[in-house]
Amino acid sequence: MTRIAQLSCGTEWSGVQAMLEKAAGMVGAELFFPEVDLEDIDRAVEEVGLEVQSPNLRLMIARAKALAEGVPADAAFILTCFRCAEGVLAKHAVRRYLQERTSLPLVMYSFTEKPKLGELLLRMEALVTLAEKKTLLAREKQEGLTLGIDSGSSTTKAVVMRDNEVVGTGWIPTTEVVEAAERVKREALAQAGVKEGEIEGVGVTGYGRFLLGEAMKADLVQEELTVVSKGTAFLSGVQRGEATVIDIGGLDNKVMTLLNGIPDSFTMGGVCAGSSGRFLELAASRLGVDVPTLGRLALKGNPEKVRMDSYCAIFGIQDLVSGLASGSAREDVAAAACRSVARQVFETQLQEIDLRLPVIEVGGTALVEGLVKEMREILKVDIRVPNLPQFGGAVGAALLVSGVRG
Amino acid sequence: MERFGHTPLSLGREIGERVRDPGLDNPPLNLTEEDLVRGLRYVSIEAPSGVRGRMGVLGPLVDQAEAAVVVRNTAYAFGCSGCFRAGLQVLYLLRRKGIPILEVEYPSTREEARGMVRRIAEFLGGLKG
Repeated sequence: MTRIAQLSCGTEWSGVQAMLEKAAGMVGAELFFPEVDLEDIDRAVEEVGLEVQSPNLRLMIARAKALAEGVPADAAFILTCFRCAEGVLAKHAVRRYLQERTSLPLVMYSFTEKPKLGELLLRMEALVTLAEKKTLLAREKQEGLTLGIDSGSSTTKAVVMRDNEVVGTGWIPTTEVVEAAERVKREALAQAGVKEGEIEGVGVTGYGRFLLGEAMKADLVQEELTVVSKGTAFLSGVQRGEATVIDIGGLDNKVMTLLNGIPDSFTMGGVCAGSSGRFLELAASRLGVDVPTLGRLALKGNPEKVRMDSYCAIFGIQDLVSGLASGSAREDVAAAACRSVARQVFETQLQEIDLRLPVIEVGGTALVEGLVKEMREILKVDIRVPNLPQFGGAVGAALLVSGVRG
Repeated sequence: MERFGHTPLSLGREIGERVRDPGLDNPPLNLTEEDLVRGLRYVSIEAPSGVRGRMGVLGPLVDQAEAAVVVRNTAYAFGCSGCFRAGLQVLYLLRRKGIPILEVEYPSTREEARGMVRRIAEFLGGLKG
C-alpha cells in the first residue's frame, strides 16, 4: 500500500477529511500525518524561512521537516483551503523545501468545502503512479525500437522511436479508438520503414488507453499526465531542472510543473469547452478555415477590436459572430478567439500552479501560432514550442515503454 | 543614515515612478494588470490579488537585492506595503537568495533607535562595495 503523507491545514474544519481518505483508499493508498514534537515546530518554521502565523500551517511545515528528516513515506499530498493567502504561501514553501531535500512525489491541491471526488482521485492516482513507478519515470533516454500511441479526445497520434530518435509519426482525428490507433500505427511504421514484428515495446496513453492497451497488448498503459511530461521533457531537451508544461487539448487542458522531467504538480481542466482546442475548431469553422490557418490569421489581428463578453464555447462564438456581422476583420476575430482560450486557461487552469521557467507548450494546439502568441503575452514569459509538439504523449509512451520492454 | 556606497532599493521610488507616469491612469498607485501578472513570478495565482500586485512591484526589488535590512514589528506608518502576507513572502524570498540579511526590531525608544542605526551602519559598512 502506498503511504501518502498528508501535509495540510483546514481539511477537518472544511469537512473534507473523510473524502480525502476515501479517495486514497480507492487508489490503494493510505493517508497519514507525520508525527512531530511540539517543541520542533518553531524550529521547523525558522528553517523553512516562512514565518506563517497560523498554528496549523506551522504544524504543516513541521510535518514537512519530519518527512525531510526521514519519516517513511512514499509520497506527499500538500493541501490548504482555497484562497487562504497564508496557506498558499506555505503550500509552495513546503513544496520547495521538500523538493530540495527529498525525492518524494508531491502534489498540491486547494480545496473548498465541496471538492470533487474525481479531482482528488486523479491526484491520488498520479501520486501512486509517481511513487510506484519512480524508477521508470526517471528514464530520460529511449532505447531499442518502440511504439507510442496517444489516443486523445480529438486526435490520435503515434510515434516510432529508435535509439532515442523519433523515426516515424502518424496523426489523424480520433474516430473509432482502435481503428484510429491502427491507422496511425501503420503510418508511423511505414514512415520509419519498420515492420510491426520488429517493435520491441508498445506504450499507450490518453483517453482510449485502456481499450487500446487490451487491443494492442500494450506493454505499458499509463495516464497522460506523467507520459506527456516525459515526452515534453524529451522533445524540448529539458530533462533536468524545473519547467512548466501547458497542453491545451481538444477536450481538456493540462498544466504540469516538472522537476527533472517528472510532474510534481498539475491541474487538469475539462469542464468547459471554451478553454479547449474545441473552441478554436468552432471559431475556425465559422471563419471557413482550418485551425492552423486561424492561428496564422490571428498573428495579423488585434484581439482588442472584437468585444468578447464571454469565454463560453457557445456565447463566446456568438460574440465572434457578432463581431463579424458588425464588420470586424477576420484577422481580429481569429486573434480574439485565440486570446479567449489563452485567457481562460490562464484564469482557471493556472489556479494551482506556481509558474516555473521555462514554460513549454505542447499538444496539437501548440502549432496554432496565434494561441502561443496570446499565451506568451498573458504570461509575460517566453514560451517554448518544441519540434513535434503534437506528439508529446506518444513520445512519452514510446520512451517509457523502452524501460519495460520484454 | 549613511549609505556606505550602497544603493538602496526603494519601494517608495517604484511607486513614485508609477504615480508620476502620465501614461498610466489607475490612481492612486497606478498599478496595472501587468504588475499583477508579473507578481505570478513570485507567488501562485491562487494568492489574493493584493498580494500578487504587491509582489509584482516588490519581487523585482528582491531579485536585484544583494543584501537586505529587515525591520521587524514596525509601526503603522513605516513602509508602505501594508500586507503582512506579502511581507512574509518577501522575507522568505530574501532568505532563499542566501544574501546577507540583518534583522532588527523597530525601536520604541530613542536609545533603541540609536542601537538600530548603529547595527545597520555596522552591517552596511561590513558589506563588500
